[in-house]
Amino acid sequence: MYPELGQLALILSLLLAVLLSVVPLAGSLTGRDNLQAFARPLAAGMFVFVGLAFAVLTHAFVTDDFSVAYVANNSNSMLPWYYKFSAVWGGHEGSLLLWILMLTGWTLAVAIFSRRLPSVMISQVLSVLGMVSVGFMLFIIVTSNPFDRLLPNVPADGADLNPLLQDFGLIVHPPMLYMGYVGFAVAFAFAIAALINGRLDAAWARWSRPWTTVAWAFLSVGIALGSWWAYYELGWGGWWFWDPVENASLLPWLSGTALMHSLAVTEKRGVFKSWTVLLAIVTFALSLLGTFLVRSGVLTSVHAFASDPERGTFLLVLLAFTVIASLVLYAFRAPVVHVRSRYGTLSREIFLLLNNVLLVSATLLVAVGTLYPLVLDFLDLGKISIGEPFFNLTFSPLAVATGLLLGVGTFSRWKKTDAGWLARKLLWPLAVSVLVSTAVMAGYGGFTPWAFLGIFSAVWITTATFWDLWDKSSSRKGRIHGLKRQSRSYYGMVLGHLGLAITMAGATVVSNYGIERDVRMVPGDVAEVGDYQFVFVDIGERRGQNFTAQYGSFDVMLDGERIAELHPEKRQYAVGMSVMTEADIDAGLFRDIFVAVGERISDNAWAIRLQYKPLIRWLWLGALFMAAGGFLAISDRRYRIRERAIEPSENSSPSQIGTQGVAGVVS
Amino acid sequence: MHPIRKKRLTIVLFLLAGLSIAVALTTYALRQNINLFYDPSQITAGEAPVDVRIRAGGMVEEGSVRRDTESLKVEFMVTDFNASVPVEYVGILPDLFAEGQGIVAMGKLNSEGRFVADQVLAKHDENYMPPEVADALEKASKAGGQPMPGNTRPATN
Repeated sequence: MYPELGQLALILSLLLAVLLSVVPLAGSLTGRDNLQAFARPLAAGMFVFVGLAFAVLTHAFVTDDFSVAYVANNSNSMLPWYYKFSAVWGGHEGSLLLWILMLTGWTLAVAIFSRRLPSVMISQVLSVLGMVSVGFMLFIIVTSNPFDRLLPNVPADGADLNPLLQDFGLIVHPPMLYMGYVGFAVAFAFAIAALINGRLDAAWARWSRPWTTVAWAFLSVGIALGSWWAYYELGWGGWWFWDPVENASLLPWLSGTALMHSLAVTEKRGVFKSWTVLLAIVTFALSLLGTFLVRSGVLTSVHAFASDPERGTFLLVLLAFTVIASLVLYAFRAPVVHVRSRYGTLSREIFLLLNNVLLVSATLLVAVGTLYPLVLDFLDLGKISIGEPFFNLTFSPLAVATGLLLGVGTFSRWKKTDAGWLARKLLWPLAVSVLVSTAVMAGYGGFTPWAFLGIFSAVWITTATFWDLWDKSSSRKGRIHGLKRQSRSYYGMVLGHLGLAITMAGATVVSNYGIERDVRMVPGDVAEVGDYQFVFVDIGERRGQNFTAQYGSFDVMLDGERIAELHPEKRQYAVGMSVMTEADIDAGLFRDIFVAVGERISDNAWAIRLQYKPLIRWLWLGALFMAAGGFLAISDRRYRIRERAIEPSENSSPSQIGTQGVAGVVS
Repeated sequence: MHPIRKKRLTIVLFLLAGLSIAVALTTYALRQNINLFYDPSQITAGEAPVDVRIRAGGMVEEGSVRRDTESLKVEFMVTDFNASVPVEYVGILPDLFAEGQGIVAMGKLNSEGRFVADQVLAKHDENYMPPEVADALEKASKAGGQPMPGNTRPATN
């Protein structure tokens, strides 16, 4: 009974989405306020019905209703209760429902938090979000109904959730990632609305900036969680494989990062408008591309569920329609550009432009590496794969260049920066950075050019960021007063840039100074990894709720002292008889110690993987810093002050807008 | 030149420079790092290059896995039911590696026709068949090889 209600709720939300995509837009184009007034209630209704459908599906999981095919395929009565919740998005249909729930959630959030926006703008933004919802709701209803029943042959028990997904990482990774993916739909909707009514101005950039930043922050956390999960759950200690599915999430992140920076220029200086709009479209298109790659079955990985060509085709059509429609609109509406502001060849504008060039290049590069094999395969020109070396070789220089430029750009000024002044400004931070990074390298022992460049970039970003903070916070009323005077969005930027530095440092150090050894061990053996000795104490059996495990015991010694006791496992799950390696990790801020049990070689000998991973936590810590920076930035007062200022300024003279702009910058 | 035009020109030049560097790097790196896939039939027919990093895949032949008890060395046969290739590998095999499972291996073919793998992939799901392997098996069965035991894509449980 309930599942049918869920289905009905989905269909009703589709109807509301259709209304939302037509009625307010028509109202905004014909100037009829009564039609525009439908936008917010429709957005709310859509969210309520999708929420209802989601609640029904969750209920089916919690009550083990195996008459629902999706539940039967992705759950089991023996599954612990918390995994029954997360199993809701453990498969294709449910994760798509989560996607739609987030989309309608974002739509509702726009409806709630944009009360100060002009009615025409908000109607159009919500209508565009309605259109996106229509696409995805049709997709789920037509090709991927989560409420399909297995009647009358109801299975006695479910097929179980893939053991890989029975983990804390899965509970949080997809929701975070989807918040990011779907959040870029809002930036996209703002861009399309701006194109429709020809208002590509600083106000538009200011409105869409916080939304973009939030989406980006969620995506950063989502990607970091995915990487962390792969590190401890896939069992072998890698943290980024340049797997097409990982790349699919990195693509919108890279272009989203570019978008965030170009929005800053558009808001502050009123330039790069067309470019910013294009980036907003591209970023959302890449989010859709990511969904297509992951969900269509063209890729095979833990994310690709039962592949069904119909689904792939549907998503591809949706993607093509979105891209073509937006680009056509862009072609007709975007070229109306008058650049009023001027800026010199050495200015913050140019540094941010370079940032965009680098980030877009990186996006293209990852896209080529990811899509080229797929395209060749599609055209029947052979099956190739592009391995990690390609990405490491091409991505690293761009990352280093971005880091170096970031440091210089931090000191640059809007409009014009004096070259001599900039050079003098850079001298000391540069000297400090060279010294510090040399010392760090000496500490880890072993010089390689790439390791040096990576560490130097990280140190350079950090030094420049703090130097700039010190400069800016000098005040006659004292340092504390000066630090307090800085805006939250400035501190957001500081955190974001420090986060990048932390991630870069982690990535460089763990790739260059990490040690990995695969050895054959029998209980009683001792193996050395760097300065650490691993003692294989014994291996026995252990029972879990839905598995049995070979349970190893290792002592980790440093300088003759036992610093950790690790218990890696080899689990055999009761349902489906699948085997899982559960590594055990002694985590630390400066290093992880990692042990995983491989296969049994003979009666008492086992293949064991031992690893020393310096600074690996920094990879994800940096992402948390970036996300925290994003959230801090949007809490800045000026977004609220300015929103209040917008309505009267609609009809006011340009000079007034000018003064408000200045006031905004000062506050 | 007009200052605005000059500035636009600078921007365009910057963009072009950045893009061409990216394109140059990409093509260079691509040329070095493309790994072609060969199935066992192609390898035994001598179509695969020797001493070049390639990918090979198929089913692990039943009863073919030989493990050295003193090291991490493993040897097994990979088959498309038409031809088989001996593979040797030193290291830890993935959890889902088993006789009768589809795998993909990265490595080099040596002059004796043995495939020396440095990486063996068996993906994350017991129902999963690497697409290359499914393809190779299909081709082999069409080419009049032995009838395939079972389905190339095992039914979902």
